[in-house]
Amino acid sequence: MDIKSIIQGIKDKSPRAIARAITLVENGDIWVDELLESLDKKSIDETMIFGITGPPGAGKSTLTGKIVGYLRSLGKRVGVIAIDPSSPISGGAIHGDRIRMMEHSLDGDVVIRSMATRGRLGGLCASAGAVCRILASSGCNPIIIETVGVGQSEIDIIKIADVTALVSAPGLGDDIQALKAGLMEVADIMVVNKADKPEAQMLAVELSEIARDKGTEVILTIAYEGKGVDKLYHAMEEIYKKQVELGTKQRKRWESRKKEIVDWVIEMIRPEIEKQVDSMDRDLDKDPRVVANSIVMGLKKERNP
Amino acid sequence: MGGKKVYRVLIGKPGLDGHDRGAKCIARALRDSGFEVVYTGIRRTPEEIAMAAIQEDVDVVGLSSLSGAHMELFTEVVEALKKHNAEDIPVIGGGIIPEEDIEELKKRGVKKVFTPGTPMEEIIKTFRELCEK
Amino acid sequence: MSVDPRYKEWEDKVLSKVLARFPERKKEFKTSGGLELPRLAIPDEIDDNYMEKLGFPGQYPYTRGVQPTMYRSRFWTMRQYAGFATAKETNERYRYLLEQGQTGLSVAFDLPTQIGYDSDHPMSKGEVGKVGVAIDSLADMEILFDQIPLDKVSTSMTINSPAAVLLAMYVAVGEKQGVPREKLRGTIQNDILKEYVARGTYIFPPRPSLRIITNIFEWCSKNTPLFNTISISGYHIREAGSTAVQEVAFTLANGCTYVQTAIDAGLDVDVFGKRLSFFFNATTDIIEEVAKFRAARRMWAKIMKNRFGAKDKKACMLRFHTQTAGHTLTAQQIDNNVVRVALQALAAVLGGTQSLHTNSKDEALTLPTEDSVRTALRTQQIIAYESGVANSIDVLGGSYLVEQLTDKIEEEATNLMEKIDEMGGVIAAIEAGFIQRQIEDSAYEYQRQIETKDRIIVGVNEFQSKESVKVPILKIDKEVENRQVKRLKEIKNNRDNTKVEKTLKALEDAAKGNENLMDYIVEAVKEYATIGEICGVLRGVFGEYRD
Repeated sequence: MDIKSIIQGIKDKSPRAIARAITLVENGDIWVDELLESLDKKSIDETMIFGITGPPGAGKSTLTGKIVGYLRSLGKRVGVIAIDPSSPISGGAIHGDRIRMMEHSLDGDVVIRSMATRGRLGGLCASAGAVCRILASSGCNPIIIETVGVGQSEIDIIKIADVTALVSAPGLGDDIQALKAGLMEVADIMVVNKADKPEAQMLAVELSEIARDKGTEVILTIAYEGKGVDKLYHAMEEIYKKQVELGTKQRKRWESRKKEIVDWVIEMIRPEIEKQVDSMDRDLDKDPRVVANSIVMGLKKERNP
Repeated sequence: MGGKKVYRVLIGKPGLDGHDRGAKCIARALRDSGFEVVYTGIRRTPEEIAMAAIQEDVDVVGLSSLSGAHMELFTEVVEALKKHNAEDIPVIGGGIIPEEDIEELKKRGVKKVFTPGTPMEEIIKTFRELCEK
Repeated sequence: MSVDPRYKEWEDKVLSKVLARFPERKKEFKTSGGLELPRLAIPDEIDDNYMEKLGFPGQYPYTRGVQPTMYRSRFWTMRQYAGFATAKETNERYRYLLEQGQTGLSVAFDLPTQIGYDSDHPMSKGEVGKVGVAIDSLADMEILFDQIPLDKVSTSMTINSPAAVLLAMYVAVGEKQGVPREKLRGTIQNDILKEYVARGTYIFPPRPSLRIITNIFEWCSKNTPLFNTISISGYHIREAGSTAVQEVAFTLANGCTYVQTAIDAGLDVDVFGKRLSFFFNATTDIIEEVAKFRAARRMWAKIMKNRFGAKDKKACMLRFHTQTAGHTLTAQQIDNNVVRVALQALAAVLGGTQSLHTNSKDEALTLPTEDSVRTALRTQQIIAYESGVANSIDVLGGSYLVEQLTDKIEEEATNLMEKIDEMGGVIAAIEAGFIQRQIEDSAYEYQRQIETKDRIIVGVNEFQSKESVKVPILKIDKEVENRQVKRLKEIKNNRDNTKVEKTLKALEDAAKGNENLMDYIVEAVKEYATIGEICGVLRGVFGEYRD
């Protein structure tokens, strides 16, 4: 598939072209800039990006699958980016989230893509940002980013979203503590899933206290039965609309773009620097900080000779 | 980012067979060899598997069926990919599959078929070779 | 040597009663060299520790066996799992097996039947008649048991989510043969919990599934008192890759869930508890397996007595069926499988199984042919009639190693069960993916051992040989599916469709309420409502489970 037909294919909502475009972004193909420049800026601007995050076992992918189902009942075309951690040892990953979304496989208006963290800190956010723009250009609105809320890269990526829901569930034990430590700050809404369990009420009360201070809402869902899903979606949409009115959405997006630019730059420079360092045979006895500084000075000199 | 290409594959279980021990073991072994593996879970239609493979833009589709329905199901995945202009994604399969069926499946476009007891290493090698193509 | 008073008490109170009703096969049992074989070998001194851990067969905690005479009165039931293509072909295989000396039937259903789809459902394509017999309606069931008197055989049915439907059909066939319900003997697997973690033929979510199971318990206690209403299965958990300890722990934990659900529904543990049966795997690791069976018996007895307050002896007995381990069969050098199966079958018998299926050597390649099934059955007969291990009870009892392993398995399995309880029970543990992950981890470790040759599989990763043996293959051709679909259409045309709709509507209303569904299902079945229609109604009310 050549780049021209991929660009056209995105406009035509061709699943193959969209999928190919995402792969190009992920692999840093040389045609990426041409591709990304061709995207529809208006759709990108108007597409809502929602984040669903939380500890493992909270029921995120089931919930996401049900939100997708609900959005389809409203006639909306939906994009889903499901993020899974890569193995730090092999670099591989298993994407199992599709299991709970397979019922949407045959629906051409549900575009699901699994992405692995691939050990890149900023790089993943950069890629995911570009993937969101591709999906938006192909007419997806909203886009849902689903990710496990552990580790810095997963927390960073959720900042791409305009509105983020933090999903928890009773019976997850220590993970709830971790959640309080890291994810609360990015959450616009808190969800207590598996609300049919007896311990759910207690968790909801516990979270409400924290939520009150932040001015966020706590919503109960039973993802499995689809209960509370509509309420959750509309709450997210409400917050998005308010952000648009107040102008905070645009400010947030610019912040996110600034960060993405930095991430892209680092990702682009990295191979060059790695090459330089790799071919170093002297200087290795010097202090690494000193060597790094001289490399950066060299880069600056190249720019301003 | 220009790093080396990461291979993406899909492991699917078409049909009604629920025995996923082999499929899950292979998914894990592939992950531990550096692949990104999309796992569809059990009880999928061939069409669902093909569409997932396209959306995920995988390099290879691996199918498992132990119920004896491989002739129909594997062939249908190949055909569904063709229907959506994705016949370039190679399909391989594994399961309790008699020799005479293997020949026929290859004729119908399944690139390779594995039977019980095949070393994991050999299976992973096949995935890698097909990804590299 | 004076006779121990506790042994004497067992002889007088437990053994004599059973001997009076079920005399032993022979007057006296001897080794082939003519030495006398005792019924039960016991230590010189019987202390409290012995009584607490082992006791005597047929006596709490049943470690040494559930009957006081075990195989000296009657061998285990030799029950080969069979079914393929349509009811007609399978009926012929059953009659062949009965002629060959098999003593019970075991029905294998195809996957559409097991998942509640008719043969013409889009998901059934390619699967009809493949791993078992295709049953769409009572009409198929009538053919399946044609000329097989249901008052003479006991029938085990591997059916879970739609167990109520198949049981209803069996009852209806019985009625047509003139066999009253209370005379029907057999087992339905009916164990949905393990389907969520190991086998995959689920339809409904856990809660409505448990309701149907409880309905069956209740209905059977009044209608078919000789039927085992559930076969709580570790077999598939082991096949999916678990260890022996996990097999015991997850199976018994599932058992606890069923018992608690039934008690919560107001049923009497001493009534339904007697009809619970179990189903385990037998691998080639003979000693561990024997210890596993003994540990499971002891654990269940304690659980039923202490946790659930069962008072009836029979409700505390873990009676089980065994199948030799399918996952150990190799596609390479398939004759080796005969030896594997013989060792596995021996383990099951040494462990005190109540019935046994021996796999056929060709099952890693295809459905078994008639010849290979016969060899598998002969394997059991050789163990029964030639080996002598059936002539004394719990022949490995007292072995230092076996007793040590029995204790160890009990200890570790108990710990694992406690962990599940801490998580809020089996359903919570399934939802959290805990049980699935445990099984997957063990399966992956097993595979890794094969890859690294830490585990040798003869003919696979060691002692390979070039072979080009043509294996005779039993193939189910596409015609079977076409024939079955055509038959289904005919049945739908020839029945009274108004009556069918009426019974289905009644079932739907009952499902929405709290009534026992069994009578409604029996009524629908008798009008030739299909399994797909009945399960379809229930799908509408209960929803569908997805992994």
